[in-house]
Amino acid sequence: MKQLLSGNEAIALGAYHAGAAVATAYPGTPSTEILQSIARMDGVYAEWAINEKVALEIGMGAAYGGVRTLVSMKHVGLNVAADPFFAASTTGIIGGLVIVSCDDPGEHSSQGEQDNRHFAKIGKVPMLEPTDSQEAYDLMDWAFNISEEFDTPVLLRSTTRISHCKTVVDVNKERKSDLRKPGFQRSPTKYVMVPSNARVRRHAMEERIVKLRSYVEDFPFNEMVLADRKLGVISNGVAYQYAREVFKDASHLKLVTIYPAPANLIRRFAREVERVIVIEELDPFLEDEIRCLGIQVAGKEFIPIIGELNAEIVENAAVETGILPSRPGPSLRPGSPSPQLPARRPQLCAGCPHVATEYVLRKLGFSSTGSGKELKKGEFIVTSDIGCYTLGVYPPLAALDTCACMGASIGQALGLEKAGVPNKTVAVLGDSTFMHSGITGLIDVIYSQGHTTVIILDNETTAMTGHQGHPGSGVSVTGAKTQQVKLETLAEGIGVKDVNVVDAFDLKAIESTIKRCLDNDEPSVIIARGPCSLTVKTRGAPFEVDADECVGCFDCLDLGCPAISIADDRAVIDAGMCLGSTCGVCAQVCPQEAILESRR
Amino acid sequence: MNDVNVLMVGVGGHGVILASDGMAEIGMNSGYDVKKSDSLGMAQRGGSVVSHVRWGEHVYSPMIKKGEVDFLLGFEQLEAARWAPYLKPDGVAIVADVVVIPISAIDGKIPYPGWDEIKGVLAEYTNQIYLIPATRIANEAGNPRAVNMVMLGFLSSFLELKPEAWTDTMRLRLPAKFRDSSIEAFLKGADEAKTMISTKGL
Repeated sequence: MKQLLSGNEAIALGAYHAGAAVATAYPGTPSTEILQSIARMDGVYAEWAINEKVALEIGMGAAYGGVRTLVSMKHVGLNVAADPFFAASTTGIIGGLVIVSCDDPGEHSSQGEQDNRHFAKIGKVPMLEPTDSQEAYDLMDWAFNISEEFDTPVLLRSTTRISHCKTVVDVNKERKSDLRKPGFQRSPTKYVMVPSNARVRRHAMEERIVKLRSYVEDFPFNEMVLADRKLGVISNGVAYQYAREVFKDASHLKLVTIYPAPANLIRRFAREVERVIVIEELDPFLEDEIRCLGIQVAGKEFIPIIGELNAEIVENAAVETGILPSRPGPSLRPGSPSPQLPARRPQLCAGCPHVATEYVLRKLGFSSTGSGKELKKGEFIVTSDIGCYTLGVYPPLAALDTCACMGASIGQALGLEKAGVPNKTVAVLGDSTFMHSGITGLIDVIYSQGHTTVIILDNETTAMTGHQGHPGSGVSVTGAKTQQVKLETLAEGIGVKDVNVVDAFDLKAIESTIKRCLDNDEPSVIIARGPCSLTVKTRGAPFEVDADECVGCFDCLDLGCPAISIADDRAVIDAGMCLGSTCGVCAQVCPQEAILESRR
Repeated sequence: MNDVNVLMVGVGGHGVILASDGMAEIGMNSGYDVKKSDSLGMAQRGGSVVSHVRWGEHVYSPMIKKGEVDFLLGFEQLEAARWAPYLKPDGVAIVADVVVIPISAIDGKIPYPGWDEIKGVLAEYTNQIYLIPATRIANEAGNPRAVNMVMLGFLSSFLELKPEAWTDTMRLRLPAKFRDSSIEAFLKGADEAKTMISTKGL
């Protein structure tokens, strides 16, 4: 049966048909939909783990128990899970363990760009990479088989354009049923990695790679297409699609086994063609492997190493280098020069519960101008984290000083303090991020007797990636109610004495609480709680501006609410966008009290 | 079977993804190879949404190259202007009369362009430009949120598939509550295209 599936849906369905019975993940673009898809299928235990490290550790346990297991995450998630990743490579598995790493070239929704093909090499783990959804679906069964045959976790790499593009898939399999029953067989030499056992496993790892090198030579998805022999193009992943589109007449070698690469196949291809080029996104991973085989090859000297590729970039690069003849570009019609168009950057939503807190931070003691000047006395430093609230870096809120990686805000605040920087520090992070890796930072603040104020913006969901549950939300991936871990109890349990819960839409309460906490010489936690506006089901009556009372001071625009704009020199609120009484922050900001709930 | 390259652009919440998903599936059900790709960098939070839909004998890249778009569907006017360079020479620009002013135009120095300016940008690439009263048509169909269906209906008039190929697939995708009004919006969009094209004499 033909279905139109995204790469992520195809990965989930492929894993399901391969018999995967446990699936874990932490949400992260572009990987989130893998777990969401497989969670809807019968006979699979699926969960949002607290973070990627725990997700993979659960995966290891399940695989030790003989069960086929799928663990998925975004590229930076594998950094978090690196420790169990290397450990799983060392011990090996029993039931197949496939780890999906979804890279995000071009950083569509990421704080950094990295090429996770390197993880395969340093982890000594085989890696497969599909070129469309059909391959993603087909490869899953192969990945689980390789995992079990070679006693190794298998990495399946995807990228944003594979994970999120929909292509036609012939769904031609049914769920495997002849799989191992769960059970654990004691084997300390395999599972207990004291040095004496680990040294033995090191040999097993190297022997495994040698065997895999010959295995991949006949892997059916690596494909040689011989046409015009003047040019031979080697490519992988979505870059293969661009290569086929741009170099229409050339010979092609598609590589699906990224690590180890099939050396003899590559040599054979190179002998068939006059010139070899490599088209790959991000690092020259294949190019370096091929060059090490003694083959003359060109790649990153004309294909960008940064960002996402597309057919146009590949074509332009090939034309500039003289590999392809130039084609006449479309000539513009004569006319007036184009006007400059205003940018449309992402912003916090109308009714977002993060706005009031970030507005107060900006107002109280944060006067960044973005000019890089030294902070004055009384100004405080706002270390921030990964989530929707990071959008508060943009004007008019412009309320943040840092954002690096999950949970870093708290450690950074402590570091600034311990380094002797005289300004006070406030760490701002979301509830899901706090659960993911903020808890450990907060424990360190208590242990090290720091003074920082930690603000947890609590919308009781993982909003940025599309409202996934986490321990603080008490909702599972299937939407079922589960045991909730309460943030305030957790903070108190860690030893924070000054724990405050405030209404995320109450400006006065937020302001007085932050002021008091900053003056307090002990660590404090403020939980600013309010629902994500995208999850609010019933909106109250929208707010409106009394045009007779409005004096056009536009203080309300400092909130950056997308529902508020200017018309005829007065503020005006879009009734369709306004969240109504749940929010009402603009009414609290207006010095003229000109913003009122509409009576309609 | 002709290749069809459609670029749908708009702002989060306008149903661009629903429309492009539908169009991709309609192509597949009609025997095309199909690929579709969305860019929605944090789109629910006010950013722009871009969706590439490609029908063909065999489609490689999931994205359309600049200068090769047959149909540009602008679900929002400014976004239509922004993506105009993707049109092939004399491709068709179909633009809804929807305006969403970005925050940078509210407090910034670059104002939101008027329709004449937007039309001017599009006219650098094509003279086939249609501004659709999509909001009014959707309202008349009894579903103000069905602007995306009006746009798909308008587009369908330019393509070789029969209306049923579209409506049969859409019917299966739509929630029961909005099914009839959405199909009505689609059909009204298709009618609008026929009227406009005959008036224009194209």
